[in-house]
Amino acid sequence: MSTIEAPPTTLSPPAERLRDRFARSPLSEKVSVLDLDLPTVEVGPSDWPAVARFLRDDPECRYDLFLDLAGVDNAKRRGRPTRFEAVVHLHSLSRDEHVRAKVLLPDGVEPRLPSVIDVWPAANWFEREAFDLFGFDFPGHPNQRRLLCHDAFVGHPLRKDYSPGQRWFFAEEDLRMPAWAVHTEERAGHFETQTISIGPSHPATHGIIHLVARLDGERITRAETQIGYMHRCFEKMSETHTWNQVIPFCDRLNYVSAMINGVGYVRTVEKMLGIEVPDRGRLVRTILSEFSRIMDHCVNIGTNLVDIGGLTNFWYLYQPRESIYGLIEACCGARLTVSYVRVGGLAIDVPDDFVPRCRALLESIPKFVDDVERLVTRNKIVRNRLAGTGVVTKEQAIAWGFTGPMLRSTGVPYDVRRSRPYDFYDRFDWDIPVANDGDNFSRYLVRMEEIRQSLAIIRQAVDIFPASGPVNSDDWHVVLPPKDAVYHDMESLIFHFKLIMEGIRVPRGERYDWIEGANGELGFYAISDGGAGPYRLKPRPPCFPMMAAFEEMIVGGGISDAIATLGTLNIIAGELER
Amino acid sequence: MALFGKGRELPVRDPNAGGGPADFFTTRLESMVAWARSNSLWPLPFATACCGIEFMSVVSSHYDLSRFGAEVVRFSPRQADLLIVAGTVVDKLAPTLRKIYDQMPEPKWVISMGVCASSGGFYRAYHVTQGIDEIVPVDVYVPGCPPTPEELMFGILELQRKIRSGEKSRDSRSAASGEGTRFAWSAGERTPGKPA
Repeated sequence: MSTIEAPPTTLSPPAERLRDRFARSPLSEKVSVLDLDLPTVEVGPSDWPAVARFLRDDPECRYDLFLDLAGVDNAKRRGRPTRFEAVVHLHSLSRDEHVRAKVLLPDGVEPRLPSVIDVWPAANWFEREAFDLFGFDFPGHPNQRRLLCHDAFVGHPLRKDYSPGQRWFFAEEDLRMPAWAVHTEERAGHFETQTISIGPSHPATHGIIHLVARLDGERITRAETQIGYMHRCFEKMSETHTWNQVIPFCDRLNYVSAMINGVGYVRTVEKMLGIEVPDRGRLVRTILSEFSRIMDHCVNIGTNLVDIGGLTNFWYLYQPRESIYGLIEACCGARLTVSYVRVGGLAIDVPDDFVPRCRALLESIPKFVDDVERLVTRNKIVRNRLAGTGVVTKEQAIAWGFTGPMLRSTGVPYDVRRSRPYDFYDRFDWDIPVANDGDNFSRYLVRMEEIRQSLAIIRQAVDIFPASGPVNSDDWHVVLPPKDAVYHDMESLIFHFKLIMEGIRVPRGERYDWIEGANGELGFYAISDGGAGPYRLKPRPPCFPMMAAFEEMIVGGGISDAIATLGTLNIIAGELER
Repeated sequence: MALFGKGRELPVRDPNAGGGPADFFTTRLESMVAWARSNSLWPLPFATACCGIEFMSVVSSHYDLSRFGAEVVRFSPRQADLLIVAGTVVDKLAPTLRKIYDQMPEPKWVISMGVCASSGGFYRAYHVTQGIDEIVPVDVYVPGCPPTPEELMFGILELQRKIRSGEKSRDSRSAASGEGTRFAWSAGERTPGKPA
């Protein structure tokens, strides 16, 4: 099998190990191991289940965390052997390593690959999404139907021959409910069995989520979540815009902590370009990302408490958010969707009073956190509602592909900031909060402690923040030259013109880069064909696998527990459905 | 006493002609009702996306929408008379939005918050409704991505001004239901008989 990237003569140690391991296995003829930015396994669809099982179970692999499945349509990209491929990213918790598996789907037949839902249950919704957007067929998938697009949709929108603006009319009667919900079988003598719909517009469904549940009295006996009520075509839009124009779209993925998304995206592009951002720029990104994490946790805890009846805490927790908005507005002029980062640095430098403003926030926020702690943590009603509900075991969390506070609340200390430190996280002194019970209350505790840890990180970052210096890379192929240089210097003018008219040229290739988002591992898988914009951009949304597991988490519990659980998942519709 | 209508002062009469403060004033019923109505809007936030987070800011303590009498947020359309569509509406959600709108009692108003709800915004894409006015009539459009809280408050004040001045609601059926009734204010018509 050939690829466009010329295989390097020497492999990186992880890829070398993986190639060795496969050479010694019975699968040696069936896979080829490449060394791209990650060790990459290429395999045909018929061998995929065996390879998947090997990747998960082999003691030298143990890739137990299923992160992402991205379909790719190579119709307009040269040098790939087949038109369609499914790209899977995996993580090994025991060895702290990522790996990529590419399933090459032969041309001439319908794209089809066996489902690996029995190997990684997390594959469930990812496969449905690939079916919906690319038309991949997954034999063995128990519930293969559209996930994001509406049920009257025709065609598969992420194929390259689908026009980005082609809409289809959708009427209420077109909505397909799960088959089990349509034909209800009433148990004899059990008149309280009924099937209800919660959402899509419901105060407790945070954004718009449609939960179909069968109840026996107040117990949920079966449930299914329908999403797609906020699918606004991020991936198709990113293919029709240039690299820098994608940043505002990224900010609207997880709009509660918009800064982190932008940082995650531009880091991927910067890695592809091979450029470095100066320390000052990276520190600004770190500080504002951690502030965004605090805002995210504040909103999550606050709305969760609103859902279970505690409105007052929301007002307490919203106040620090407003004061952080003040800082962000001073930096970039926007409050919520910041669009502050650029490939190669930041849009503009921070204001002169950036550090005093940060210090003022560091002094004011702990008071609100303490107040909420006093109001909530020992509150009997809250504990009754949250403790022991929505329980996820460690094994379940890994199988379902959880990351972030959800995974850490089950006792797994996986945090990207520690496992693969980026920016300055290895220089700071901070802890990963971990809880062991895996219930809703543990998630609340983990998030509260993460707020404090983020404050500690910001405190250290502000201490080493340089008073002056550049925030942008000086590679004028990527970053706009300073405006006065454009007016007085011919070369700068040319760079300015080329950047505005053509945009950044990212070398051909692909990359998966990941950071710690507010609710888990946020990855971006970007493919460039050398054009002005991404050929394909697939975010790895942290809350997507959690929402997929929700329908199994709530079975057996009460309907009120389901509401409390939904709140602690930290679902952001913009990121879930993109 | 604040006077409403076209800003003209209405005569204040004192029944005891001997002087002293007046204890009543006269106005027209429709003006009075419009005044009361404009200051007691019960919004239903149809919050789907980023704008929903800014809506939270507007009702939170810092901006505090209750200063303008529109803070009684209802999540049931049966109890609301102002639909604030905050965020992107996609084709899959469009029938739901129409259903919610239909469930609201009349008279009712719609604010489209943010450019996604107003025109689809920069999501010119295969699954995004290009403006909610494809589905429901809109009274006030608030631009911004997302609008700042001040902008949304201005939008609400603007709607209050419309209601007070008796401007015609964009909802055709609200207007139709008001026709022929004695008090045409529900249709937004101030002077009966005059074509709107």
